[in-house]
Amino acid sequence: MDAYLVAMLVFAGFYALMALGLNVIWGLTGMVNLGLVGFFGVGAYASALLTSKLAWPMPLGWAAGATIAALAGGIMALIVARLRGDYLAIVTLGFAEVIRLVASNEVWLTNGTDGISGIPGPWRGAVTPQQFNLIFLGIVWTAVAIAFYLLSRASHSPFGRVLRAIREDEDVAAVAGKPVLWFKVRAFVTGAAVLGMAGALYAHYNAFIAPEGFAPLLTIYIVLALTAGGVGSMRGAIIGAIFLITLIEGTRFLAAAVPGVTPVQKAALREGAIALTLILLLRFRPQGLIPERTRTKA
Amino acid sequence: MTGSILEVRGLARRFGGVVALAGLDLTVRRGTVTALIGPNGAGKSTAFQCISGVIKPDSGTVRFEGQDITGWRPDRITGAGLVRSFQIARGIPRLTVLENLLLYGQAQPGESVLTAFLGTAAQKRREEALREKARAIAGRLNLARVLDNPAAALSGGQKKLMEIGRALMADPKLLILDEPVAGVNPTLSAEIATHIAHLRDEGMTVLIVEHHMDFVASLCDPVIVMAEGRPLMEGSFEQVANDPRVQEAYMGRRAVHA
Ligand SMILES: Nc1ncnc2c1ncn2[C@@H]1O[C@H](COP(=O)(O)OP(=O)(O)OP(=O)(O)O)[C@@H](O)[C@H]1O
Ligand SMILES: [Mg+2]
Repeated sequence: MDAYLVAMLVFAGFYALMALGLNVIWGLTGMVNLGLVGFFGVGAYASALLTSKLAWPMPLGWAAGATIAALAGGIMALIVARLRGDYLAIVTLGFAEVIRLVASNEVWLTNGTDGISGIPGPWRGAVTPQQFNLIFLGIVWTAVAIAFYLLSRASHSPFGRVLRAIREDEDVAAVAGKPVLWFKVRAFVTGAAVLGMAGALYAHYNAFIAPEGFAPLLTIYIVLALTAGGVGSMRGAIIGAIFLITLIEGTRFLAAAVPGVTPVQKAALREGAIALTLILLLRFRPQGLIPERTRTKA
Repeated sequence: MTGSILEVRGLARRFGGVVALAGLDLTVRRGTVTALIGPNGAGKSTAFQCISGVIKPDSGTVRFEGQDITGWRPDRITGAGLVRSFQIARGIPRLTVLENLLLYGQAQPGESVLTAFLGTAAQKRREEALREKARAIAGRLNLARVLDNPAAALSGGQKKLMEIGRALMADPKLLILDEPVAGVNPTLSAEIATHIAHLRDEGMTVLIVEHHMDFVASLCDPVIVMAEGRPLMEGSFEQVANDPRVQEAYMGRRAVHA
């Protein structure tokens, strides 16, 4: 049970990182990004390959994962420069699927659908699995803390002000003297770096990655986490991630505790409970658990 | 400091089948408050869109201070000192009035990602200077009381004042205002005219699109009339108001309802 709890907290950390990254791109700048799992995947594969095939030290692999994802984010921002709303959603969704297909088919590099196993983890083998989980818990949440600190600052800085202005009205931001495309690129690069870092850490925690681990469902979870937490709010991103993990895992026990139903019915009950909770939350608190504060600090 | 600050030549722009601009020529002399008037749909706002770079003209040139700025991005044009307001007040509704003003501040190093992460002293200094400036402009435009309210909560007239205030934050040499007193009560309208006259006296050049003829009469000289995407005539308000071509262009609508 303890081990389970620690594992859940580690995953909450991954979700929080991803929600923070998404919050820069979608929350602050208003660019729908349904391809976030693609950046997560790029970071995961980059770090996994560099550390296991080229024997790079892990921290360097993580940095490379974040950097390559950031690069992909910059290119993506240039490609989708003129797109908004639905079109942006489709293109970004397509990007993530392309990443997944490349990972499935470029067997020489990625080992295809069999995935990459034996990815090193910090002190794995030298410590008990339980200790390993605790170490990783520390690493992930340190990363969350650093990302949160930096992104909160940026969010309430003049930079964040421009991103919000672009989100609300691009023409006004441009007339205010801000090079809109350049800001979008920077927002995408920053957000994708955090997503890539999350992916890299995930690869080394899990020791194994395969294309099916980067399916669109994960994107949906993170979008839900940020929506529940408060779009545009960095605190909300973290709280939303914890909330979502608690909801997904908590309902597992709730459903199990319901007497006199078949396992299939239990699974359905669980999904129903998750859906109902999210609907109620958004009905009564559309701005999320921690609403965005838009003021900049002097 | 005489001569023209803005020269528009042969500006053309169509939207599908609609010809919004059909070869507009327009010269704004330095130090004037020039009016651009014309019936609804004459192409005035489209001209502003093209001049400010928000949309690109199909053909024609825009020269600002002798420099060809045709097709420049809007942020560059603003940086060069030509700043426009929007006809329908387009505040950033969820930001406060202060933030809306600060947004138009130029040369803020804190707009780079790294500086924003670090929160450097240069960023703080610039932000303080911009806040000082925003407070001064707000004081001048009677917006001081509402600085911390969200822009969405402003009255129609206050939104118009905020549009002007924002533009002033960018230190315009040429300020172009699209209907700065539309839907504004006569008292406030007169106040806005006074504000603009002061700006002119301080050396700013202003180009205004406006339908309120009493406002135009009291403030603007010269007055340029356009219709159907072309220039019609230019002169003092008196000359323009008494010209039969102008009255015809307004097609029975009284050109002067002052
Ligand atoms: N984005 C657009 N798409 C299609 N047609 C447009 C667009 N913008 C303007 N038009 C058309 O171009 C013509 C000129 O419009 P414009 O807004 O420039 O007129 P205006 O002189 O500002 O009018 P008003 O005094 O009513 O504000 C109109 O027929 C208008 O319908
Ligand atoms: Mg108009």
